[in-house]
Amino acid sequence: MADKIFRVNMTDLSTSIEDVPADWAGHGGRGLTSTIVAAEVPPTCHPLGPNNKLIFAPGLLSGTAAANSGRISAGAKSPLTGTIKESNSGGTSAQKLAKMGCKALIIEGQPQDDSWYSLSLTPDGVTISKEEELIGKGNFAVVESVEKRFSDKIGILSIGQGGEMLMSAANISVKDPDSHVRSLGRGGLGAVMGSKKIKFIALDAGDAKVEISDMDAFKAANKTFTKALVDHPVSQALGTYGTNVLVNIINEAGGLPTKNFTAGQFEGHEQISGETMHDLIVERGGKPKHGCHKGCVIQCSQIYNDLKGNYKTSGIEYESIWAMGADCTVDNLDQIAEMDHILDDIGIDTIETAVAFGVAMEGGVLDFGDSNEMIRIMKEEIAKGTALGRVIGNGAGSVGRTYGVTRVPVVKNQAIPAYDPRAIKGIGITYATSTQGADHTMGYTIATEILGVGGSADPLSKEGMVELSRGLQIATAAIDSTGMCLFIAFAALDDETCLPALVDMLNARFGINLTADDVTNLGMSILKTEHAFNIAAGFTNLDDRLPEFFETEPVPPHNAVWDFSGEEIDTFWNF
Amino acid sequence: MQVQVKLFAFFREGRFIKEDKELPTDTTAGQVVDDLNIDREEVGVLMLNSRHCKFDTVLQEGDIYAIFPVIGGG
Repeated sequence: MADKIFRVNMTDLSTSIEDVPADWAGHGGRGLTSTIVAAEVPPTCHPLGPNNKLIFAPGLLSGTAAANSGRISAGAKSPLTGTIKESNSGGTSAQKLAKMGCKALIIEGQPQDDSWYSLSLTPDGVTISKEEELIGKGNFAVVESVEKRFSDKIGILSIGQGGEMLMSAANISVKDPDSHVRSLGRGGLGAVMGSKKIKFIALDAGDAKVEISDMDAFKAANKTFTKALVDHPVSQALGTYGTNVLVNIINEAGGLPTKNFTAGQFEGHEQISGETMHDLIVERGGKPKHGCHKGCVIQCSQIYNDLKGNYKTSGIEYESIWAMGADCTVDNLDQIAEMDHILDDIGIDTIETAVAFGVAMEGGVLDFGDSNEMIRIMKEEIAKGTALGRVIGNGAGSVGRTYGVTRVPVVKNQAIPAYDPRAIKGIGITYATSTQGADHTMGYTIATEILGVGGSADPLSKEGMVELSRGLQIATAAIDSTGMCLFIAFAALDDETCLPALVDMLNARFGINLTADDVTNLGMSILKTEHAFNIAAGFTNLDDRLPEFFETEPVPPHNAVWDFSGEEIDTFWNF
Repeated sequence: MQVQVKLFAFFREGRFIKEDKELPTDTTAGQVVDDLNIDREEVGVLMLNSRHCKFDTVLQEGDIYAIFPVIGGG
């Protein structure tokens, strides 16, 4: 059975199943969400109004046995940035959608009244139901209750109170194999789901399976691909320390933004490091190694237990730990894990929210390092939607505007993550030129600048950084379309068998004849599609800039400033 | 001369986190790696005073020298 487009109109509560238009057929994941947003969403629409659309799409290889292929993409016009947005996540939803033959789920329109709804998807289509019981509840209660209503085998996409209250930092939670949650984190897509009045989406694929055109070729390519991933030393370190292994190396390099981006090194780095976290996890009977979806061979996630050995959180990432830790000068991992759990439950992005807290600390709302007050504000203000809670829940830019803070680390109103662009310059090009606001995952130059993967580049020099970021942003757009976890890139950059095997899998899955060049061209065309949407929405090259303070305030220990000219940045789009 | 040596991730196992070492003049970064019985193949990144360096970089009095295995994240 050919894959279909599932469409839901929330204005008249109708649903349909449509054939895939020919020019969408070669797309999946980010390529597909961005293609659909560009085709169907008016660029000048209000992101929370009836003309925006929320799209979910599994990657091209999701639902197959391909290693690490379980990423789901969500796309819309972002209420945080006003740009096009794609956010992707692990969890079980990509595999469920792919198996039920849903190439994309398009949610459009907006209910006329105040009722809330849920969606239920099976291979036969979509059912819309009114929802009352779970309104006002956090994501963990939603997952527990929805599993009881349906079964614990289903996939679930849900929003917490943050999404219900249309906060610009709201994310969409994706159930993982242990009934915990991962997040479609950045850009406020949870608010778009909330604006459509959808509390959760249940995904029941039954026994359906993805069809493979040439199974023997697929299996052979997957074997080569898996070996490349497993053999790469970065994969092995990720399985032991998680992504949080980065705290110490980024700190050592002087690029760990500290105390709302006023320093590049954090005194408490060792207490929040991956090494310390690993030892705590083992000591308390947690799991240092854990996969966010079936088929992951890297296993960078983990189960973090509290002091008593009870489950506290999972999949806690370097960027979240950095944001709640160094940026707010909190050096206690248990407090950070508690905050991670609360933010997952409320359903707001850990990076955006914690950077917003750093700005609030500078604005005098609370003291730097006061994690008890952060926790109180999360529970008593953000989750309940008080005025302060909404100011913070709308992100770092919102806090800066409200409290008159000038040191506000955002690009296109999205918080800058865990790498200071003055000390690590290539990533600054990615922040500036990304089609979606500041986002390290769009073109992870850190691999080359700091980690020595895929070559090396001096992080304090401007030389070659525009080209480095461009190449990685193009490759990332393509990888984000396959359903592959971005962490395959470490192996892909170093092991020449990795990418050809990925292309072979795509060909075997669909019975096509892509070449490596086709994949690069796909990445370029996705970036251009996204860029064109932003221009039509009113963005110009002058929006591709970092905040002024990066040019005027040297960051220790290197005392470096951001010194790219606008003209230099603009050469990014010369392709 | 005295140099502070810092180890990270699994290089710490059976070794140390941070140690001040008395080293002969002209010791190279690579020699410290060898003396610690760390396989050079396993080394991902070397940093001297927060800047990347190479195995043949010569250490100086008062340097802070960090040795990382191949790691990644993001």
